[in-house]
Amino acid sequence: MSAHTVEIVIFVVLFVFVSGLGFVAARWRRAESMEHLDEWGLGGRNFGSWVTWFLVGGDLYTAYTFVAVPALMFGAGAAGYFALPYTIIVYPIVFLVLIRLWSVSHVHGYVTPADFVRGRFGSSTMALLVAITGIVATMPYIALQLIGIEAVLKTMGVTGNWPIIIAFVVLAAYTYNSGLRAPALIAFVKDALIYLVIIVAVLYIPAKLGGWSSIFSAADAKFTKSPNPGDGILLGPNGQLQYATLALGSALALFLYPHSVTGVLAARDRGTIKRNMAGLPAYSFLLGLLALLGYMAIRAGVKPITTGGKPDGNTIVPLLFDQMFPSWFAGIAFAAIAIGALVPAAIMSIAAANLWTRNVYKEYIKPDATPAQEAQMSKLASLVVKLGALLAILVIDPQFSIDLQLIGGVIILQTLPSVGLGLLSSWFHRGGLIAGWIAGMIVGFWTLWVTPAVTYTAAGKPPTVTKDHFGGSGFALSKLGLDTKMTIYAGFVAIVVNVLVAIVATLILRAAHVEDGVDETRVDEYVADRDDARVHDLPSGEGEVAPVGST
Amino acid sequence: MAERPAADTAASGRTSRDRSPANWLLLVPILLVIWPPLFNKISPTLFGIPFFYWYQLAVIPIGVICTTIVYRATTRRGGRS
Repeated sequence: MSAHTVEIVIFVVLFVFVSGLGFVAARWRRAESMEHLDEWGLGGRNFGSWVTWFLVGGDLYTAYTFVAVPALMFGAGAAGYFALPYTIIVYPIVFLVLIRLWSVSHVHGYVTPADFVRGRFGSSTMALLVAITGIVATMPYIALQLIGIEAVLKTMGVTGNWPIIIAFVVLAAYTYNSGLRAPALIAFVKDALIYLVIIVAVLYIPAKLGGWSSIFSAADAKFTKSPNPGDGILLGPNGQLQYATLALGSALALFLYPHSVTGVLAARDRGTIKRNMAGLPAYSFLLGLLALLGYMAIRAGVKPITTGGKPDGNTIVPLLFDQMFPSWFAGIAFAAIAIGALVPAAIMSIAAANLWTRNVYKEYIKPDATPAQEAQMSKLASLVVKLGALLAILVIDPQFSIDLQLIGGVIILQTLPSVGLGLLSSWFHRGGLIAGWIAGMIVGFWTLWVTPAVTYTAAGKPPTVTKDHFGGSGFALSKLGLDTKMTIYAGFVAIVVNVLVAIVATLILRAAHVEDGVDETRVDEYVADRDDARVHDLPSGEGEVAPVGST
Repeated sequence: MAERPAADTAASGRTSRDRSPANWLLLVPILLVIWPPLFNKISPTLFGIPFFYWYQLAVIPIGVICTTIVYRATTRRGGRS
């Protein structure tokens, strides 16, 4: 324990500093009233380029990413590098598509993607499905952030549930108090620390380990020795389709996640978003380097900490830092990871709470809710969401959250036709979208259900199944009767089925003259910018919707 | 349908800019990483890093350049937005 004292002291000091910032954030760019969802839930819809860059960066590159991507590289090799093309693909998509959501949302006062679907397709049923999908997909994501913190605590020799409970209570308190302003302000500290740690890590650790070639040879040697035919420092012949579809599917899923939408909607204008799409890839570069920490851990001979007989791969990055860095810098690195968990957890809980408030509470429970009541409901819901995530980690096996997160990525992808394609066209019939969503969900669950987790014990021998269901995202095409060993991202199969069903059902419903929903949006509203008179035309009728940034 | 005020000229002007052919440039980074056989090889290595890894890292600045060009092509000159 004493060996980690310096680390723990630095960790605690930084953590306390950041929590203080979270509370102070309520006063930052203060609005006349926080009693409105545009204020609490979207930070006044007025974040400029820098704040958006830190906020969205802090939002998309989470603590779980920092520990799980290198862990994947450590275990499987090149297949884990999909995280890089994934973040390369996502920004052009946002640039072209999500920016249209910004415009139409500012004209109509939409706060959530489900608000948009309701307005676009005139279907409160499809909006409810989008909202439920979003909440269900986001909750395990929040829980996973705790796994990031846990990995760090384990490495410092801190055990027990109390540290995590305290961290989450603090997080819940300042999110309740300050709304989206808290993660936006904390993101500055988080990203500064993360950049510092990663840049130092990729310069210092390879130098200490004898250079990049020795790191890659060590990784190569490990994977050559391993009986698993799928691992290696290059992709195997059967893994390439999986690599590409996982990158593409994850990118599409990422921009559909409610917390990405929240980050984008909080931007001040279209130019802010466009500039960010050129600036955010800086984080991708960081991620691409960070992933290689997995190989450095192989070279350094890191052995993951075992809990309950199972090695915890997520501990390899903290262990590598612990082993390589002087303890004061390891403390900073650990704090960076833990703070990296707080920012996305706050934004995700706000996004999920907004979905609940706008698309369930206001739609079905209290249609005449005032803006102040909406904001209050969202604040309470954010507490409930975080409590649920905490319980999922502490009471249920964390593996449950990892499984759910896997499912979450697949199911959020099923909102692509209504939210993503809906931003480009209103062609789909609302009934077709619902049919497609149902079909996509069924296929998505089925593909994950029939995918086992396996380990290879000896070369040439068939693998042993360690887990029958939800064993991974790589769906074997042989299950469809195809004569191949190739795998494909399960979510990709599901979304293809979803879109096809939506198209066919739309054609049938149109032919049968079934009544369609009314589109309340207009073509030019998808390109409206801040200087457009309609953009401040928010529908609440309350005084505080005037441009708050001017105060 | 059309009871809302008609789009002002600035907004409709921006519509055409949003549909700029420069948008096709955004496909470049996606196409460069979506086909693994293109880059799934060890050599040439760079500072000891296999091609597979440094190639994908190198696509990031290419993406940034493409996005910046599209941003400039689809935004009014002189304006802040």
